[in-house]
Amino acid sequence: MTTLDSSKEIQKNNSEVNETHEDFRMFGLITFLIADGMTFAGFFAAYLTYKAVNPLPDGAIYELELPIPTLNTILLLVSSATFHKAGKALLKDKNSDSQKWLFFTAFLGIIFLICQLFEYFHLPFGLTDNLFASTFYALTGFHGLHVTLGTLMILIIAWQSRINGGRLTSHNMFPLEAVELYWHFVDGIWVVLFIILYLL
Amino acid sequence: MLDKNIYLILIISLVFAISFWIGFNVNLLPAEASINAPIYDELFKILFITGLIIFIGMTIAVIYSLFKFRKRNDQIGDGIALEGNLSLEIVWTIIPSIIVLLIGLYSYNIYDRMGGMKELNHNHEMMSSNSEKIWAGISQTSDNEIAINNLSIEVSAMQFAFLFNYPKGNFISGELHVPVDQKVSMKMESKDVIHAFWVPEFRIKQDIIPGQPTILNFTPTKVGKYPIICAELCGPYHGGMRASIIVEEESDYNEWFNKNKKPEVNL
Amino acid sequence: MTISIDPQETNNESLQPKGWLRYFSFSLDHKVIGIQYLVCGFLFYLIGGTLASAIRIELASPMSDFMPRDVYNQVLTLHGTIMIFLWIVPVVNGAFGNYLIPFYVGARDMAFPRLNAVAFWLIPPSGLMLVASYFVEGAAQAGWTAYPPLSITTPQSGQIIWILSVLLLGGSSIFGGINFIATIIKLRRPGLKLMQLPMYCWAMLGTSLLVVLSTPVLAGTLILLSFDIIANTGFFNPVLGGNVVVYQHLFWFYSHPAVYIMVLPAFGLVSEILPVHARKPLFGYTTMVFSIMGIVVLGLVVWAHHMFTSGTPPWMRLFFTIATAFIAVPTGIKFFNWVATLWGGKISINSAMLFSCGFIINFVFGGITGVALAQVPFDIHVHDTYFVVAHFHYIVYGGTVFIIFSSIYHWFPKVTGKMLNEKLGILHFIITFIGFNLCFAPQHWLGLNGMPRRVAEYDPQFQFVNQISSLGALLMAISTIPFLINVFLSVRNGKNAGDNPWNALTPEWLTSSPPPVENWEGEAPLVEEPYGYGKEISEKK
Repeated sequence: MTTLDSSKEIQKNNSEVNETHEDFRMFGLITFLIADGMTFAGFFAAYLTYKAVNPLPDGAIYELELPIPTLNTILLLVSSATFHKAGKALLKDKNSDSQKWLFFTAFLGIIFLICQLFEYFHLPFGLTDNLFASTFYALTGFHGLHVTLGTLMILIIAWQSRINGGRLTSHNMFPLEAVELYWHFVDGIWVVLFIILYLL
Repeated sequence: MLDKNIYLILIISLVFAISFWIGFNVNLLPAEASINAPIYDELFKILFITGLIIFIGMTIAVIYSLFKFRKRNDQIGDGIALEGNLSLEIVWTIIPSIIVLLIGLYSYNIYDRMGGMKELNHNHEMMSSNSEKIWAGISQTSDNEIAINNLSIEVSAMQFAFLFNYPKGNFISGELHVPVDQKVSMKMESKDVIHAFWVPEFRIKQDIIPGQPTILNFTPTKVGKYPIICAELCGPYHGGMRASIIVEEESDYNEWFNKNKKPEVNL
Repeated sequence: MTISIDPQETNNESLQPKGWLRYFSFSLDHKVIGIQYLVCGFLFYLIGGTLASAIRIELASPMSDFMPRDVYNQVLTLHGTIMIFLWIVPVVNGAFGNYLIPFYVGARDMAFPRLNAVAFWLIPPSGLMLVASYFVEGAAQAGWTAYPPLSITTPQSGQIIWILSVLLLGGSSIFGGINFIATIIKLRRPGLKLMQLPMYCWAMLGTSLLVVLSTPVLAGTLILLSFDIIANTGFFNPVLGGNVVVYQHLFWFYSHPAVYIMVLPAFGLVSEILPVHARKPLFGYTTMVFSIMGIVVLGLVVWAHHMFTSGTPPWMRLFFTIATAFIAVPTGIKFFNWVATLWGGKISINSAMLFSCGFIINFVFGGITGVALAQVPFDIHVHDTYFVVAHFHYIVYGGTVFIIFSSIYHWFPKVTGKMLNEKLGILHFIITFIGFNLCFAPQHWLGLNGMPRRVAEYDPQFQFVNQISSLGALLMAISTIPFLINVFLSVRNGKNAGDNPWNALTPEWLTSSPPPVENWEGEAPLVEEPYGYGKEISEKK
């Protein structure tokens, strides 16, 4: 009984709060993503410096195959679009549509990770082989960690957007918007990574 | 009003006088034993005097304010509601900028005279292959005296010692012997962690980095024995990692060199 | 009834323990968190201070005789790490920031109270872990800079715990930074303009920008370093083809801004304290704001001046020399403005004022040696010597720690409702000031004459000067005694302070002392002129 009452009060207060304060959670998230981006910037800077300054030992293999990462790039870009679709659907109160799009996005994320692992297992070099190999694994691994976290979060919000009892509704878009922004960020990082690591 | 200005001018000139007196009479530096050292000391003197003027001036201003504007027991209320003075603020933006800029240009000039702006890669005789990247420390070369007779020494540092290899004599020494007034050129590389080669009397220092040779050139000007100190934390015995550099007359040096010289071994 | 920022938090609030126990709980109240930061930081200060005393005892004699050599290196590593990451950064940002910023922006709490509590509670475990690493296999012994390859070759467990601990503390710092930015930008009371904020808000905004932009780079670097240690990769290991100088660039990209993360908040705090006790408006508010932002921008592009002897190319040395020297300009503006704030005031000579003036004198000195160190040819001789040690202690101890004490004297009445004893406070100042200068001024000479830093043994010709320095350290250790006595006595039976003992105008003084849980009974006051001394608003009181 008491829990029910308090939860009602919370909802009531929440609406009051939304009137008096603009929502600054998104602002906090953006600040966090800038910080996260700086971590990647540090890694990229290190990678580029190594490339310019430290010659690899003779016979080191640093040519990468392009098909899998290209596929991965497409996967992530498509997943960004499908995520956007999910948000649009939720805004129109089409919760089940939204859920489908979210699951599809998560599916694309998982495929990405599987492809990435497949690439890892078929690369001719291991983590400690040479400087290029180490930086390669560190960069893609750190990015992969972000994708893994993102996929988990997508699954969570997909579950939350279920029709009966789900917390994610067109009135409470924040979790979806937050994860969406994060996902676009991770995609953006991948594009930079793809250009720097595979194409340059 | 006039009185006040006279006092201000008096105090400022006093600050200048004291700073210059201290700057010229107090020596905080060790002996000058290389070509670099007097150049360095010239810069030091300028920085020291400028710094003293600013420091003494600011300290006097703070202590004077504390004393002059202290709240007396019978006083109530606040001080004057002065929120700023744009022209004054512009003055103390521009003057420090000019001072800093002048000091920067001057120290650039000093650095150039020490030979720091020279690319050493092209004319160094020990440059072994093009792929090897050598990063330079300070050098004292003028182009015309890329000395034929300059002394080349290979320094290797390890935990916790310096070794000096004289390639011309084909021997390794734990003590660095150099003839006075001759340019010495050192290529340094570390075998384990980062060390640094520092001779306070020469005012030179260069890190010795594993995997990346560095170059340091200097010309000693004074006969004597000076310490070589490792200045980069390199492990438990870092404090004990010292060697000596012995600057001696050319004849003494040659005697020492010939005593240690080993015949060339062809394998 | 008051409307809270986030009702869920209030809901929790009623479940929170009351009284002193709340300082040991996961409290969401920004004032409780501020005090948690302060007390926790001070305890680590005592630990770090003990380590510093051990260093000075070792250096009282030229031989390495007080402790084993590897223990000495652990002690100096722990001393640096603790003082930076567990005392100065958390206290000057976390403690005062959390306590004051919500007042200054007219809010009831920080933007993200829960994140705030998480940020604090990351600190004690990582700090304890760091200290405890000494008892495992010995703590890290590569200095607080942890330069590889030394950090790769020294015993692994200590170094790994050090990395883990610094990563957690960095995370805490980033969370705090995000919170401050959001609070200052987004949570301002309606009607309060940015240019009406007290100066500390600007300082914290600048600091938090630096935290958010630079700390992640350190985190990334340390992750790579830990790979080198655990997984045998070769990022920074030359044996495996790595590059040690890259580590230094990445490390100093954080650790130079870290200096500004330590001093900018102190600049903010002193801007709050001086006008109150001098009874004058802060001189040149606008230029102060611009100079803070100037320091932030320049602070991000000067890191390589720590590496002038590391084999950097000449053009890089030149660029970083000029960029570094130019930081003196905005910094200088601030100092001239503070002296101008004092000029013509009605200055109460009390402990807070004395510590602030001590700060100005010490910091000007440290700043001058800083400009000198920025000059490549000058730096090449004194880099990695006691000259540098003296310089940065003038900045962080003579600067920031003096301001921490000044702030404690200034805000103690607000936090506890009791006054601190002035006589003990002035005694504290005198011993600290003399001890500090006695300890660190002679070290400049040591550095110039050939004593490198981080050594346990040195040339016997330096013994006398080292002993003077050790004597100063002893005085500094003693100086904490009157302070601690003062705090304990005053908390128990100090004179009642009333709500606004200094007749100050900044918002935190417009509520009761100690303030209620949600800062104000009723609506937050709109303070348009936080420094309106000598004007009508001030005369009304």
